[in-house]
Amino acid sequence: MSNSTLSTTSTMTDSTRLKPLSATTAVDTERTETAIEARHLNIFYGAFKAIHDVSMAVEARKITAIIGPSGCGKSTLLRAFNRMNDFVPTARVEGEISLHGHNLYAASVDPVEVRRRVGMVFQKPNPFPKSIYENIAWAARLNGYRGDMDRLVEDSLRSAALWDEVKDKLKQSGLSLSGGQQQRLCIARTIAIRPEIILMDEPCSALDPIATIKIEELMQELKKQYTIIIVTHNMQQAARVSDRTAMMMLTEDGKRSGTLIEFDDTNVIFTRPKDKRTEDYVSGRFG
Amino acid sequence: MATIPLPPKAIDSYRPNLAGRHAAGRTWETIFLAATMVGILGLVLLMFNIVNNAFGIVAYADENDYSLFSPVPVEQLADSDLIVLLTNELSTGAINKLNTEKALDTRSRSELLSLVYERILERKVVASSTLDQALFARADFEAEALAKNEAAQFVFRSWLSPEFLTEPMSSQALFSGVRTAILGSLLLITLTIAIALPIGTAAAIYLQEYADKSLINQIIETNIYNLAGVPSIVYGMLGLAVFVRALEPLTSGAIFGNVDSNGRTVLSAAMTMALLVLPLIIVNAQEALKAVPDSLRQAAYGVGATRWQTIWHHVLPQAIPGILTGSILAVSRAIGETAPLIVVGASTFITADPTGPFSGFTALPIQIYNWTVQPQAEFHNLAGAAILVLLVLLLTLNASAIILRNRLSARRVL
Amino acid sequence: MTQTEPSRVAQQAQTGRPEWATLLRRKPRPAETVIQGLLFASGAISILTTIGIVLVLGNESLSFFTDSEVSLVEFFTGTRWQPQTGDFGVWPLVNATLMTSLIAMLVAMPLGIFAAIYLSEYASPRTKALLKPTLEILAGIPTVVFGFFALTFITPILRSLFGVDTVQIYNDASAGLVMGLMIVPLIASMSEDALSAVPRALREGAYGLGATKFEAAVQVVLPAALSGLVAAFIIGVSRAVGETMIVAIAAGATSQLTFNPFQAAETITGHIARISGGDLSYGSLDYRSLFALALTLFVITLGLNLISRWLVSRFREQYD
Repeated sequence: MSNSTLSTTSTMTDSTRLKPLSATTAVDTERTETAIEARHLNIFYGAFKAIHDVSMAVEARKITAIIGPSGCGKSTLLRAFNRMNDFVPTARVEGEISLHGHNLYAASVDPVEVRRRVGMVFQKPNPFPKSIYENIAWAARLNGYRGDMDRLVEDSLRSAALWDEVKDKLKQSGLSLSGGQQQRLCIARTIAIRPEIILMDEPCSALDPIATIKIEELMQELKKQYTIIIVTHNMQQAARVSDRTAMMMLTEDGKRSGTLIEFDDTNVIFTRPKDKRTEDYVSGRFG
Repeated sequence: MATIPLPPKAIDSYRPNLAGRHAAGRTWETIFLAATMVGILGLVLLMFNIVNNAFGIVAYADENDYSLFSPVPVEQLADSDLIVLLTNELSTGAINKLNTEKALDTRSRSELLSLVYERILERKVVASSTLDQALFARADFEAEALAKNEAAQFVFRSWLSPEFLTEPMSSQALFSGVRTAILGSLLLITLTIAIALPIGTAAAIYLQEYADKSLINQIIETNIYNLAGVPSIVYGMLGLAVFVRALEPLTSGAIFGNVDSNGRTVLSAAMTMALLVLPLIIVNAQEALKAVPDSLRQAAYGVGATRWQTIWHHVLPQAIPGILTGSILAVSRAIGETAPLIVVGASTFITADPTGPFSGFTALPIQIYNWTVQPQAEFHNLAGAAILVLLVLLLTLNASAIILRNRLSARRVL
Repeated sequence: MTQTEPSRVAQQAQTGRPEWATLLRRKPRPAETVIQGLLFASGAISILTTIGIVLVLGNESLSFFTDSEVSLVEFFTGTRWQPQTGDFGVWPLVNATLMTSLIAMLVAMPLGIFAAIYLSEYASPRTKALLKPTLEILAGIPTVVFGFFALTFITPILRSLFGVDTVQIYNDASAGLVMGLMIVPLIASMSEDALSAVPRALREGAYGLGATKFEAAVQVVLPAALSGLVAAFIIGVSRAVGETMIVAIAAGATSQLTFNPFQAAETITGHIARISGGDLSYGSLDYRSLFALALTLFVITLGLNLISRWLVSRFREQYD
């Protein structure tokens, strides 16, 4: 990463945040690196505008949670970060998302490359109907991994805190695992291609509480190396796991587009939010 | 493609080779599209081949010169002279037979001329071409024909013609038609529907509205699916043994006093076809019944109707469009079926129209088969024309199914 | 119930006041019972058909095999089928059936599956709405028309490509190729169902890991739909084995054991059609041999259909 990119982004983040908050300024100045950034992002499905003018800079090696009422476009926004919306035939994106200063929606950018750099874990665990080993090795092989594959599989499974549970049955189908294990397998296969950013779309919503705790603990480990953006409808979870929280709402112009109304440190969002709607939502007075 | 700078840790171990992978992807996408197109190309060639055979030049010659019978070419004779000529040259029996089919003096000029050509001049095909030969290799074709018979005359012929539809079968390709076959096919499908529709609908009602999950009902369901996969020729064998032979007194009409027939009748064929299409009709009718909302049944039960009253007055009227559409589509499969008809003994050569369920018969697919396996090109022309007739009939059936469905579903009130 | 009725009616008549027990009593409805019986009988006709097939084919086959001129061993091992000389070895017919079916599947499988992948993974909804029904027209064309196509179009092409001395007028290759074309829509439609049944989540999982569309389709979706594809293959084979008119027209009437696809070789179905179409005297050995052949055919196709159904149901369970 070049120095120039670094300085511009930091200036920008600082300038947008400095004015209202004096208490957290000291902490803010430590935040320097932006991993990925949305600028004036609008997303349309046909004539319907799903996302209205979202700008947010996601900091590297932090967990950023996106919260908001259902149907406010959290998943749509998340999927914009790795161009998964490309598969919706009517979807159209305005504005930009920049990774290291490159607009991911520029005509010259290959969406396949983007998705390798920005990995994704889905709401429902979706391991491939292949062996546990193959689940991890497959994408690494596609992406031309040249190292020791056994090693990569083991490392990835260890990073996903799954190794001890599956090390004796690597040849078994990924579908034979429990839901929580499947989700960690999906995280492991994402880690195996070394993305910079991992998107998580309500990764625990299909899991039981114990499996959820494991994933949450895993996320704390992963953020040492990876930038994580997580969509969750569970506010307690957002408060527990994330460093930064983005609050989304539907616009009030009757068009029912989703937009970002507040983006700040998680403790600020949950204790002294600036926006009345955020306060209502996090205190359960919404709807 | 512009590359995004990698973080240092990722650079060493991965070589995604995106350009190569995208190229492979594009190549295969082309292959997948090509495979789809090959299927469609097959359809186009199939259609082209039919049309190509149904039109072409015919080289013909008369066995007997007109000068043997008439001072001027027969085309110049008046209608009455043609009748005189026919009466003089043909046996009394033959004339009587012609008169019973259609009195000679009520026949049109072209019909009389055809008779003269066929019976007196004994006009025969020397050679026959396909449409592409007629258009692009006419000279070669004519030279070959003239080498066979130097008196050969040439005419461009549409084998599909009004006469083709109205004339019965003949051993001479020039004068052959498909009237008997069309009538046979129509009679066959009418009887098939008459047998299969009530039974199929009743079976579907039983399975959909009455049957619990008992073993016997499950066996019936599974059995229906398996029957749908049985080759049609096996149904033919069943029909041969059961309807043609074992039930001969019934299917030949002997128990109704019909004596001049064996079991190889339209009725036997229709019963065989009914068994063949029954699984399809049942499955389609079940779908139609399934589509009737349960609220309707509950409403009827709620006002004290019995199960049968509910079905007869409420469920069935709603499901009828679907059942009819499904049945017509199933029967349109039967109209093209050939193998079972061969086995149960449809005649390949018959000039008499079918008169009822107990008569022997031929059918369009049987004629097509019979003409296709003849070695002479002109019979392939006939087969091509007959296939066009069959396809039009199929299309009509399918279209009528769709129209029927739209009509009936527009009328129904819910 | 019926026994107590008279007394209750009498009771009611005496008091002149209807009792609730009487009003709610189950009434005999003979019409309903009769109707239900008729409906059941209609349903049972399908069972009767199966029983009929098994009985008829079994019975005639039995009298065929118990004939002094025939032996079961000869039937299943003999390499000559010449009813005139009393040779009833089924292998030449089975071999020709397998040859034509093999050629048909070599055409239908790749074309059908590739077309299915295109329709399910690549085609836009609009393209799909155009291509799919067009392909399905093929499935609605009577097989006798395909036979005509084989004999008058494909055979001449084969003969001009490979030489009239190499390719006989009647040959297995032409019949097999056209049979393949006939089966393409069946394979395509069954395979497309199987591919479309693979959850979107699996595709997204693959895309999310940086797979291209092709890689996701072939390496993730295709293997996930494997049992559905195998089921389609088996149904295709069953259709090819039972197909009659194409082989009866294009494959010829010579029963011989040959592995040369350019030679004429009569199949099981072709033989049945040819012999039964002629003047066949009931009860003759020839006549009975046809039932033994039909039984062989029935057993093969039934077996294939059962396997296919089992595979499809297993596939459904996996993703429900």
